[in-house]
Amino acid sequence: MTPKRYTRTAIALHWLMALLIFSAFPLGVYMNDLPLSPTKLQLFSYHKWLGITILLAAAARLAWRVTHPAPALLAMPRWQHLAAHGIHHLLYVLLFAIPLSGWLMSSAKGFQTVWFGVLPLPDLVGKNKELGDLLRNVHEALNFGLLLLVGAHVAGALKHHFIERDDTLRRMTFRYKA
Amino acid sequence: MQPRSLLLITAFTATVAMAAELTQFNPEKSQITFISKQMGVPVDGRFKKFDAKIAVDPAKPEAGKAQLEIDLASIDTGSGEADAEVKGKAWFNSAAFPKATFVSSQVRAIGNGRYEALGKLTIKGTTRDVVAPFTVRQEVGGALFDGSFTLNRLQFKIGEGMWTDTSTVADEIQVKFKVFVAGDSAKSAAKK
Repeated sequence: MTPKRYTRTAIALHWLMALLIFSAFPLGVYMNDLPLSPTKLQLFSYHKWLGITILLAAAARLAWRVTHPAPALLAMPRWQHLAAHGIHHLLYVLLFAIPLSGWLMSSAKGFQTVWFGVLPLPDLVGKNKELGDLLRNVHEALNFGLLLLVGAHVAGALKHHFIERDDTLRRMTFRYKA
Repeated sequence: MQPRSLLLITAFTATVAMAAELTQFNPEKSQITFISKQMGVPVDGRFKKFDAKIAVDPAKPEAGKAQLEIDLASIDTGSGEADAEVKGKAWFNSAAFPKATFVSSQVRAIGNGRYEALGKLTIKGTTRDVVAPFTVRQEVGGALFDGSFTLNRLQFKIGEGMWTDTSTVADEIQVKFKVFVAGDSAKSAAKK
């Protein structure tokens, strides 16, 4: 049976993810344009730590989602159902693909990722300049895709909340009573 | 002593000396690399251009002498942005100090087939004593001297101003060298 509401864990993971992405994304854009400095090296590390945290959170979230079905979408036109589902699926893909591309890019560029300076992640590819540059472009392109998808996701939620005045957004809060 | 046996001994000694002393530095088979720590993470780099004057008997390295000259602008840190940065004034200032040099003063055996080279390292106008342990491996046509030492970059003012912060780029840089030296005969054979 489809539940009426999201579990508290699912809601917590959703907002944790949002917080992490809204930190890592602008940080990535900002640090990229900085001239080389100790601060830049620090920010790159923080960005990589955030990215790996997102990857782990994504794995936890997917595992939770598979074992705990989400409530059905509220009544809305079929195209909106399709759009919402499509965007949700693509977002899940990017939650894995973006951190992975960043991890691989770091390895290819010869800068290993050490999570919080403590846990070294294996270099899954060897040092290779061409591959590093390619992965950098992939990472950037995927992030541009994420920007568009998150924009559509947020716009959809706000449209349901303020225009249709339905429970779509409210369902993602802890206080929501089905 | 009979002149004939003296001649024989002289010829024998000369042959041994010629066979034993290696003097032809081979840059293609040699490498100078280093490992810095950035935010606690080891990052590899290397120098693409360096030269050496070496005279050494691999069976008796204690009598060897070495001078190395490293072209600092040939650095490869793994990132173009960092390559440009470290050639600048805060780091090597390679426009004013293009080369790092090492001149050995003594080589001594430290047991287990290991040796250490003592000498003076000069970078960016600063000269310091360094001790570099190494091993010797005899190979076809010569010998490979493989060793490393730790350099404290701040002693040489490598990384001034904001870069003196060692929590981002650590003070200790591990410098590793593999120096291949061939004998004269190997060189003339290679030239044919």
